[in-house]
Amino acid sequence: MEEKEVIIIGGSAGSIDVMMQILPNLPEEFPVPIILVLHRRPSIGNLSEIIFQNRCKIPVLEVEDKMPIMKNTVYLAPGGYHLLVEKNHSFSLDFSEKVNHSRPSIDVTFESVVDIYNDKVIGILLTGANTDGARGLKLIKDSGGYTIIQSPETSMMPMMPEAAESIMKPDQILNPLEISDFLINITKKKCDCCA
Amino acid sequence: MNNEAINIINDNEVELLTDHIFKRYGYDFSDYSQASFKRRINRVMQNFKIPSFAELDHKVIENEQFFNVFIEEVTVNVTEMFRDPAFYKVLRKEVIPQLSTYPLIRIWHAGCSTGEEVYSMAILLKEAGLLERTLLYATDINQQVLEKAASMSFPLDNMKEYTENYINCGGLFDFSDYYVAQYGKAVFLEEFRNRMVFSPHNLVLDQSFNEFNLILCRNVLIYFNRDLQNKVIKLFSDSLPVLGYLALGNKESISFSSVADNFETINKQERIWRKKK
Repeated sequence: MEEKEVIIIGGSAGSIDVMMQILPNLPEEFPVPIILVLHRRPSIGNLSEIIFQNRCKIPVLEVEDKMPIMKNTVYLAPGGYHLLVEKNHSFSLDFSEKVNHSRPSIDVTFESVVDIYNDKVIGILLTGANTDGARGLKLIKDSGGYTIIQSPETSMMPMMPEAAESIMKPDQILNPLEISDFLINITKKKCDCCA
Repeated sequence: MNNEAINIINDNEVELLTDHIFKRYGYDFSDYSQASFKRRINRVMQNFKIPSFAELDHKVIENEQFFNVFIEEVTVNVTEMFRDPAFYKVLRKEVIPQLSTYPLIRIWHAGCSTGEEVYSMAILLKEAGLLERTLLYATDINQQVLEKAASMSFPLDNMKEYTENYINCGGLFDFSDYYVAQYGKAVFLEEFRNRMVFSPHNLVLDQSFNEFNLILCRNVLIYFNRDLQNKVIKLFSDSLPVLGYLALGNKESISFSSVADNFETINKQERIWRKKK
């Protein structure tokens, strides 16, 4: 399988804790950009950026409008906006209607990423108490990308990964530690998806 | 689960439609953010059950009434009163006291949509005792939303959320004193409307039309590409005297623009600048 160009991770209730277990393990230099769309209250502001940045070797940035998408960086979708990607590999923000009662909506970003990166996408869907992201993960899979869900039994809220599983067959079902190992292996080019 | 359609229209077709719209109606969408614009078009096609690009193209070009609906649907008109209470807190504490030194205060809400932010501003001004000597110019590309904004009435269901926002931004009065509930609508007081001027204005094509002490343009530039953003920020700079304020949305910036040096930062977090030269 060809090498992937972007990793996109979605999650809702419980997902910040999962990312706190994963991101600190990643090295400073990571070969592809990682985009995080985690539901959270807009009033939290960029606190998540501060939380993650203090514990991670890899830079974690909250997305600003038209920010370019680079490797060696984790990008956080800001609260209150949908996150889209442009053809020139930069971000656009969008304050339009909520989708799946969510803004940012994971489906919206997954669909936008597939539109630009086609089959060069690794999609990961984590714990959450709604069904946002399931459709987008199916689209990633149907477009030739690689898909992972957090195992429902390790999810604080299994509804989100289960919703995905009910409409598609993910390539892998992993617990947070295994997701962390999967990502670390990408830096060593030993993962199943880009072997 | 949502049924949002995946792309029905491709990039070439977006370009073609953009070209046809410009030639037929003079609206120029070529420097809009492509990701967002394409998504909005797909959404229109899905909502109006338009199965193909050919049919959409025909409808938009041949049917002006539909084109007006199309414009309303592809331009984002999501807004609320006192959105981002922290922003209004800074307006109240840092900007409005400075504005009070002018005998006549002119404010421009560029891309005002259905007007929620204009009424929010008017409330702040009233509470500062400045409403009587302020003119609020509110413009949008879209005539339909301007009519809604000018009607003074908003869905009553939204008032609970707006009241919370109002309190969170330091509002000290009873928010419900500012409107009258009528048949599911909250109709705002005439005294606010009397200080507002609503007018169509296209940020892409139109020039500066006045000088303002404060320009607010929040979450409009995100729908434009960098070239058009730069052009619009320059238009704002040309429409501000020295010491005039510019306020953008929480994730928008002027730092990349050719006129960035004309401004000093007043509040980094809330994206407020002041013209210094």
